[in-house]
Amino acid sequence: MTRGRYMLGFVVSVGLTLLAGWLVSQHLATHHAWPPDSLLPVWLVGIALGQLLAQLILFLHVGEESKPRWKLMVMLFAALVVLVVVVGSIWIMNNLNYHMMDDPAGLNAAIMHDEGIHR
Amino acid sequence: MTQPATRQPATRTPAPEREPISMFGFWVYLMTDCVIFACLFATYAVLHRNTAGGPGAAELFSLPFVLAETLILLTSSYTAGLGLLSARRGERRAMFAWLALTGLLGLAFLGLEISEFRNLVIEGNSWQRSGFLSAFFTLVGTHGLHIATGLVWLGVLADKLYFRGLMPGNLRRLALFTLFWHFLDVIWIFIFTFVYLLGVTS
Repeated sequence: MTRGRYMLGFVVSVGLTLLAGWLVSQHLATHHAWPPDSLLPVWLVGIALGQLLAQLILFLHVGEESKPRWKLMVMLFAALVVLVVVVGSIWIMNNLNYHMMDDPAGLNAAIMHDEGIHR
Repeated sequence: MTQPATRQPATRTPAPEREPISMFGFWVYLMTDCVIFACLFATYAVLHRNTAGGPGAAELFSLPFVLAETLILLTSSYTAGLGLLSARRGERRAMFAWLALTGLLGLAFLGLEISEFRNLVIEGNSWQRSGFLSAFFTLVGTHGLHIATGLVWLGVLADKLYFRGLMPGNLRRLALFTLFWHFLDVIWIFIFTFVYLLGVTS
């Protein structure tokens, strides 16, 4: 735990923040031409995960404890719970929205088309 | 006067240097706090398109504003770490300078957030406007509440450090505060990315 590690964490974090901001400003300035709508979310999430990793290691000192690594265990378990809650909620609620489309007339036809059901 | 013999042998060696158990306990608290934020993020992810005919994220959020907020909080996290390092070296003046800077940057962040909320409410886009705005205010407001609590904590801690000095108990408290402050910065990365960056481009 040294001043150099904090400095590195700060520089990396500021760099990634500005990179993400720059990508978004380019996206808006070029009217969604670059980076394209399909790539931008992937890049932004990648940058966020890079930030997470940098700050966990350089600010929160994850991985510096000696065995048994209880803090790491607790963190990994929390990460599992977080993933289940977030991914599970999005999955279930999207599915629910899909089955409750506000178009009663077209609902059956749309679901039959998507699921490949033929009568 | 002689002391009664204790059960412990006199030659008992001190335990090897290790992190106090309160560090671990606080870490477990932070991880459960992660779960609270995960629930609020999930709520936001589910509701963010439900604008009920009102404005969406692209109309409401501004990139330069949120970029400024993010850099302020990030710098505050860094200066808190430097404050802890100064304290461990026994550099009292440097520690107070870094902690004062941390507090001021934290206040600036909170001020920006409050002004954002205030403008939204004045324009009729309060949490009552739509499901999207309810989820937004709950998620970002909970983070802001943590920041406000952290600032109160920092104030109390500064008082202890000033009047009682850099004793081991106070160093431990400062280490816990720094952990909390870094943690809030990590949560903000995700609010910055998922709410604001992906919001203004939607």
